[in-house]
Amino acid sequence: MGKRFACHKISEGKASAPAILSHERIMFYQVRPEDGMMEEKNHELQGRIIAKKVLIFPGGKGSSVVQQDGLYHLDKFQNMPSALIVQHPDPVLVAGAIIMEIPMVDRLPEEFYETVKDDDVVVVNADEGYVEIQ
Amino acid sequence: MILTEEQQAMLEGKYGEGAAYAMKIQVGIGECFDAPRMVPIKRAHVALSNQDGDLWFAEKLVKAGAKCRVAPTVNPGFCLSYFCGNWPHPVDEKDYEHMQRTDNAYRTLGAVLSYNCTPYIATNVPNFGEVCAFSESSATPYVNAVWGARSNRESANSALCAAVTGCVPEYGLLLDENRKGDIVVRVEADMKTAYEYHLLGMMGDLIGEGIPVFTGLPKVITPEALRNLGAQLNTSGAYGMYHIVGFTPEAPTLEVALGGKKPIREVVITDKDLQDFAEKFSDETKNGKVDFAMFGCPHFTLEEAKYIADRIEGKKLAIPMYILVSSHAEQMAERMGIRQVLTEAGADLIPDTCPDQPVWHYLIGKTGVTESPKCAYYPRRRGINFILRDLDACIEAALTGEVK
Repeated sequence: MGKRFACHKISEGKASAPAILSHERIMFYQVRPEDGMMEEKNHELQGRIIAKKVLIFPGGKGSSVVQQDGLYHLDKFQNMPSALIVQHPDPVLVAGAIIMEIPMVDRLPEEFYETVKDDDVVVVNADEGYVEIQ
Repeated sequence: MILTEEQQAMLEGKYGEGAAYAMKIQVGIGECFDAPRMVPIKRAHVALSNQDGDLWFAEKLVKAGAKCRVAPTVNPGFCLSYFCGNWPHPVDEKDYEHMQRTDNAYRTLGAVLSYNCTPYIATNVPNFGEVCAFSESSATPYVNAVWGARSNRESANSALCAAVTGCVPEYGLLLDENRKGDIVVRVEADMKTAYEYHLLGMMGDLIGEGIPVFTGLPKVITPEALRNLGAQLNTSGAYGMYHIVGFTPEAPTLEVALGGKKPIREVVITDKDLQDFAEKFSDETKNGKVDFAMFGCPHFTLEEAKYIADRIEGKKLAIPMYILVSSHAEQMAERMGIRQVLTEAGADLIPDTCPDQPVWHYLIGKTGVTESPKCAYYPRRRGINFILRDLDACIEAALTGEVK
């Protein structure tokens, strides 16, 4: 049993997958649907795959359309992230996650961010309000 | 979250599956932000985009039988009649059908088919203090900052849900305490025209996260300049609200705009900041040659169409010029003879259309000139290149085919 942290549910569901961390905001419009690779120039995650990962990032950015439409295209190729852990939720990102039915949580303690690393297997259980690093 | 009897009934499906689905999404958003309740709205604007995800969601609501309680105005896709008449660059059958389906879906939902991204200038203007649901980059900050209305930075989808349910969760910018500025932005740059406001809006990285309070701006600021500022603030960052001291209604003084608190940050913006951005932003061009000029992201006003007409009257453009406007501005331009002047010079005045649409397929690989960073930002994804200049320089470039 790994280390468990309490969190706050934004979008329901649960998932378990390797983690990928971004310190920069994310716009799903800039992720290539065919393989889930971040295409945004000069982005910290440029060239990396976010498909089927637990994406840990500060928040979203961009126009009021870009998150849900970006996720929709990823979903067509089954390349959405498995779950989202966010620090600063905004309505555009939140609506996108709820509509595309991706588990999303926030309000993780500082200790979680100090502990979690890329490729750690992370369980996100939005329904029961916890995140576990395995 | 505590719902009224009617809202609870809606959530449970007593007003149909579509309304229940919309309400479920909104309750989810409300719970995320700890909203205590839902409050009624009488006004909404949906950033329809005619993208795949937009159509999928609109059709999902249609299939579930949803109808808008509050008829929202909507953003542009592309104008079916304009691009499928005598247009020399035929639209792909698939793209045509996609727009037709978007049009059908929003018609069935009961939206106002305005296809315009600047509703706050003419067709959908809220009152001071009015709670509403506005999506679209330039629209949310405009209704909050300029009109003093109250809307969160809705997504296209959440604004459509609000139109269906007739209410929004009460949180964020709906509440007094969240509308105060916390970043002072001292503008030392010379804000000559609406173009400089485009550049100011692109300073999101310098301004940082929060609600900016601008000082040092001119006494008179045009609707076009305010439109540009909001549009670019949400291209370079995410801003639902800002203040301009001595100009916007919730900022009679710096102290009031900041709610009596100290700002978390102070930023100075100079001419050099704006120029540095503009220089870096443009794509490469060979010998200054450009293939087309595009304006209207967000939609140009009647005044801007007239401004261009006055400068190209009796001349011939060297390259195509596309001026994107609302159908209302188009009608007025037609009545006033502006349309004819533009057409004779070789410019197209196009209603209901956005630069980020498949109708511009024939511009892929070409280089255009525009005064709007946002006009360049999204179509670049499609492989269309842009040079950024002020409006006068863009008009000059359209007359000669070259940028200086």
